[in-house]
Amino acid sequence: METPIIELQNVRKSFGPVEVLKGVNMTVYPGKVTALVGDNGAGKSTLIKGLSGAQPYDSGDVTFEGAPISLLTPKDASQHGIEVVYQDLSLCENLDIVQNMFLGREEVHQRMLNQADMEKHARETLQGLSVRTMKSVRQKVSSLSGGQRQTVAIARAVLQKAKLVILDEPTAALGVAQTEQVLALVRRLAEAGVGVIIISHNLADVFEVSDYINVLYLGAMVAQLKAKETNYNDVVAYITGIKGDTAAAEEVDDEEVLR
Amino acid sequence: MTTPVEKSTNPATNTAAQTVGATTPHTISTGHEGTVRDQIDSYVLRVRGGEMGMLPALAGVVIITIVFFILTPYFLTKTNIANLMTQTAALMMLAVALTFVIILAEIDLSAGVTGGLAMAIFILLTNVGGWNWIAALLVALIVGATIGTFIGFMVAKIGVPSFVITLALFLGLQGVILVLLGNAGAYRIEAPAVLAIMNKSMPVWAGWLMLIVVVGISLLTGLYDRSRRVAAGMPVRPMSLLWARVAAWAVGGGLVVFMLSLNRSTSVIPIRGVPVVVPIALAILWIGTTMLDRTRFGLHIYAVGGNPEAARRAGINVSRVRITCFILCSSLAVISGLFTASQVGTVESSAGRDIVLSGVAAAVVGGVSLFGGRGRLAQAAVGALLISMITNGLGLLGLSAGITLAITGAVLALAATVDALSRRRSGSTSLARG
Repeated sequence: METPIIELQNVRKSFGPVEVLKGVNMTVYPGKVTALVGDNGAGKSTLIKGLSGAQPYDSGDVTFEGAPISLLTPKDASQHGIEVVYQDLSLCENLDIVQNMFLGREEVHQRMLNQADMEKHARETLQGLSVRTMKSVRQKVSSLSGGQRQTVAIARAVLQKAKLVILDEPTAALGVAQTEQVLALVRRLAEAGVGVIIISHNLADVFEVSDYINVLYLGAMVAQLKAKETNYNDVVAYITGIKGDTAAAEEVDDEEVLR
Repeated sequence: MTTPVEKSTNPATNTAAQTVGATTPHTISTGHEGTVRDQIDSYVLRVRGGEMGMLPALAGVVIITIVFFILTPYFLTKTNIANLMTQTAALMMLAVALTFVIILAEIDLSAGVTGGLAMAIFILLTNVGGWNWIAALLVALIVGATIGTFIGFMVAKIGVPSFVITLALFLGLQGVILVLLGNAGAYRIEAPAVLAIMNKSMPVWAGWLMLIVVVGISLLTGLYDRSRRVAAGMPVRPMSLLWARVAAWAVGGGLVVFMLSLNRSTSVIPIRGVPVVVPIALAILWIGTTMLDRTRFGLHIYAVGGNPEAARRAGINVSRVRITCFILCSSLAVISGLFTASQVGTVESSAGRDIVLSGVAAAVVGGVSLFGGRGRLAQAAVGALLISMITNGLGLLGLSAGITLAITGAVLALAATVDALSRRRSGSTSLARG
């Protein structure tokens, strides 16, 4: 098996007396979609905030492309090519698609914004992802549908040359057709060699799009499964805690993933 | 909307059904493609979608010009056009100043008295201290920038609402001016250069030179942008649109400069030429607009105004943007105070007290959104022109100040309604539904 893009080992995080992450292990491979599922309060958000550098882990090892790294600030994360696409998308509705895709990392020419090149690169990125629902790259985001906004947010991560893209509930607010578009986009993202982590409550989406399914239960990773070798009921059982405990999870870990 | 000319820009051909898995190449447009007709069509579409820009204010200017011209032919005389320009200048500069903070969805109620206080210090330094006026003006600008830094710090770092902190300063700075100038304090401005800003005109040739510079900048920036797009291999708008823009500047500006170049004096001593304040105001407008439209910092101002959280996540230093905008606002408010002082010829203890709400009104009437994230300096300038025209025209008709205030208030209410409605509209209209 090829080198994981990122590997978490024995990651812990506490808020005061409450231990939210109790020694979590996780492995994400480039070119694969890894789903992160779990009930509310299982620690998904905390795990992701650690990866984004927004809320560093208390302890544990993070290995990126085989080398140990530390993720203490959002800057550390973006320097390694880790991009998070948040649920609320973090787009400026009053700006257009190009401006949003380059926000904070604009290209300049003689200290002035390099509009022509940014437009060109934005368009190339969108076309590289086979996006075809947008009329113009100069449309204001306020005029876009939910699916189109999600697309802009993902394309923004791709434009930043992300190696690991973390998607937080990308289809939560979308209708059926738009969900299909976004899931297809997520697949293309992985096919382009990017490691993708997708957080979702919608197991139908998870099974449709992901290669691996990781289940968090009360701050512990209770299962790391191959999507093809498991089924809906098993995953639900892990999520609700009926199946698997921390010790059992270690075994599943060894058998299923490291094979 | 039916677009018979350019089928590829029709959103109906880009439906969601054919998106997934399709491999045929597809080009997303950039808004620069197509003929003049396509460009006009897409502009109309944007306006209908709520992106009206300064269109309502410009329409207001045209309507008011026609109405007042019918009511009193004196409205469009050479003398009154020159008067209008000087009457607008101070309000325009204040509206432009406020635009920087209104884009952030903040407000600066102390902008007027900040200008007043800076001018009070200016007049004390020149008249009592015997300072050179340039040095005194620099100190005045530093006073403005310091007040702006203070407001920005309180808003961005401490989290005090700008409405409250600037209201406090609005009251407090009036007190400081009173203490500095004394109760009946009114100082005459002695420096001829300062009085000249509002009361003197440039030589006729300088007015035409100014016009050439304006038209030249319009043409050259247009050609430069075009060449950059061509170099990047991106589509460009039809050349005729650029020529139309340049021609509009040349004809419109030419008409005004021509009228101002004629003698408008009723006495033996001729008065002719463009008022000195006009090139100063235009230069500040141009620099500010270039910063907002063409620099990273300008874009970040709009980003912070639109969605501060998104801006923060994108790595933008939101506090720095906020503080800088308050500094810009207060500094430009000092320029506005300078214009007022030059126009009146004195600095009084009430300096800058009444103008600030008109400044906010001017910006909003021009189309700067109080909700933040939307607005241009030129819009604030047109809004200020509109409000000055109402005041000026009603004054010519001999109507009382009460009626002028009532009508100005009604125009502001109308503008705020248009702002709220167009905001709702632009949120709900989708040009290409996915």
